[in-house]
Amino acid sequence: MIVSVYHYMVLSAILFSLGTIGVLTRRNAIVVFMCIELMLNAVNLTFIALSSYLGNMDGQIFVFFIMTVAAAEAAVGLALMITFYRNRESIDVEDFSLLKL
Amino acid sequence: MENMVQTAMQNVNFAAIMPSLVLTCFCLALLLLNAFVKRGSTSYAAFFSLVALGATACVSYLAWDNPQFGFAGQVALDNYAVFFNFIFILAAALSILMSDAYLKREGYPVGEYYTLILFSTVGAMLMASGTDMMTIFLGLEVMSIALYVLAGFFRRQLRSNEAGLKYFLLGAFSTGFLLYGIALIYGVTGTTNVADIGSYLAMNHHLVSDPILVGGMILLATGFLFKIAIVPFHMWTPDVYEGAPTPIAAFMSAGPKAAAFAAFMRVFLIGLGSMHSTWVGMLWVLAVLTMIVGNFIAIKQTNLKRMLAYSSIAHAGYALVGLVASNAVGVSAVLFYMLAYTLMNIGAFSILVLAGKVGEDNLTLQGFAGFGYKRPVLAVLFTICLFSLMGIPPSAGFTGKFFIFAGALNAGYVWLAVIGVLNSAVSLYYYLRVMVYMYFRSPEEEFDWVQLKPGATLCAVISVVGVLVLGIVPGAVMALARHALF
Repeated sequence: MIVSVYHYMVLSAILFSLGTIGVLTRRNAIVVFMCIELMLNAVNLTFIALSSYLGNMDGQIFVFFIMTVAAAEAAVGLALMITFYRNRESIDVEDFSLLKL
Repeated sequence: MENMVQTAMQNVNFAAIMPSLVLTCFCLALLLLNAFVKRGSTSYAAFFSLVALGATACVSYLAWDNPQFGFAGQVALDNYAVFFNFIFILAAALSILMSDAYLKREGYPVGEYYTLILFSTVGAMLMASGTDMMTIFLGLEVMSIALYVLAGFFRRQLRSNEAGLKYFLLGAFSTGFLLYGIALIYGVTGTTNVADIGSYLAMNHHLVSDPILVGGMILLATGFLFKIAIVPFHMWTPDVYEGAPTPIAAFMSAGPKAAAFAAFMRVFLIGLGSMHSTWVGMLWVLAVLTMIVGNFIAIKQTNLKRMLAYSSIAHAGYALVGLVASNAVGVSAVLFYMLAYTLMNIGAFSILVLAGKVGEDNLTLQGFAGFGYKRPVLAVLFTICLFSLMGIPPSAGFTGKFFIFAGALNAGYVWLAVIGVLNSAVSLYYYLRVMVYMYFRSPEEEFDWVQLKPGATLCAVISVVGVLVLGIVPGAVMALARHALF
């Protein structure tokens, strides 16, 4: 079987959907964040596959930026989770209850 | 919009990123300074930040009518970007003015707070001047990451932790959608440059209904609309505004919202301009929904920070009307409206900062009973800001809404303008109710904790003067906004 750009696109679409479903259904904030990372990596896969398909480097450069930003986001996000955990002793998203909707 | 962005293919032109560069240097200097100054005194940091913003404003001004392009079409410091830079600088400066006394009262006198506001402003400026999806994305993230920290800045206060974490999780989630949208658009057009996307789609018009491109456009719009807080991506707004420190809520409702609008309009009018007929219907529905949901839920609120959060959702809906019109009047009205909204909303928040007790549990309707008798001057300033938020002449809010609805009528969206005006009428109810409490209820408290701290008072006075000036002589600023279009 020849692996074409469509296979990569379908794979990354599946990964992105899995990430989205995870964000919407999981309750532990760290798992939610991991699902967001999965979404970002699905985007990275899309960019690299398209970049190779189009013969254009822009997509690969974009991936570097996404990885850098994801690392910075992880640093801030985990710090926020630690401060929340210190006060609430939980990182369950169901416990984000002080501010009603 | 005849003179579209011309992408000069110069590779390095520091003049094009000079405002961000200057502000970044000041930020780094301030970070270093914080390490050497004793904890507990932050007034120097506030002063330093204001100087930094002043210098950035001067550098931005140099680029007015002197557009700079650079970095292979990644950045364009055109009049459009300069106009928005001034909005961000104004929002940051006003928020910083009200912060100093507030931080001391709430027990967090930490200099890094100001650095984060400035970094967020740097990101906003990059977003407004970005002409490539990469720059816009990086600007968005520089702005947002600083805001995540700021929303959760009161780290011993559960409410603030929750606001920070909620904003972070939902913000990162929406970034995923934004990026996937960019990736799909890149796949169809082969470029991430906004102007190149625009010219590619103009030449290959058959692609406009391509499902991958339409999907990418919707995902991209989701990412931006989340930052602007358009229904149905608004759920984070009231929680984050209520939990975040009040000056940060004020800043978030003005600066970052304007930045997201700046990038959104550049991408959709220039990059995806050929798809206008596809996205305009979607935005029409969202603008109507946003105005209705924002205004009707605001009626139920008794906490004033939450009420202003829902009112900010409604105001984003009004501004979106200008983008739906997407003619010269409508788009320049959005620029004008962002400036007007910055002034009136930050003005209202500065009164909340002045009137709050430690912990801010008294910022409710009941807590403002009789405020007008005990604190007449502050109550008058608050009233003017609220009148402006309602859209009563002669205030900036009235002229802003007038221009926006004029744009919608010019473009033939009569019903959209009618719905907008009816919504303004609904909003009278919850703004007037605050005044009823201030002036027609007998005071239950002495309000003796209210001190006229110089910073916050100055912020309120500047905002109110700005609101009145924009309301009485809007012509000059409107001419600048018209001149700033792309």
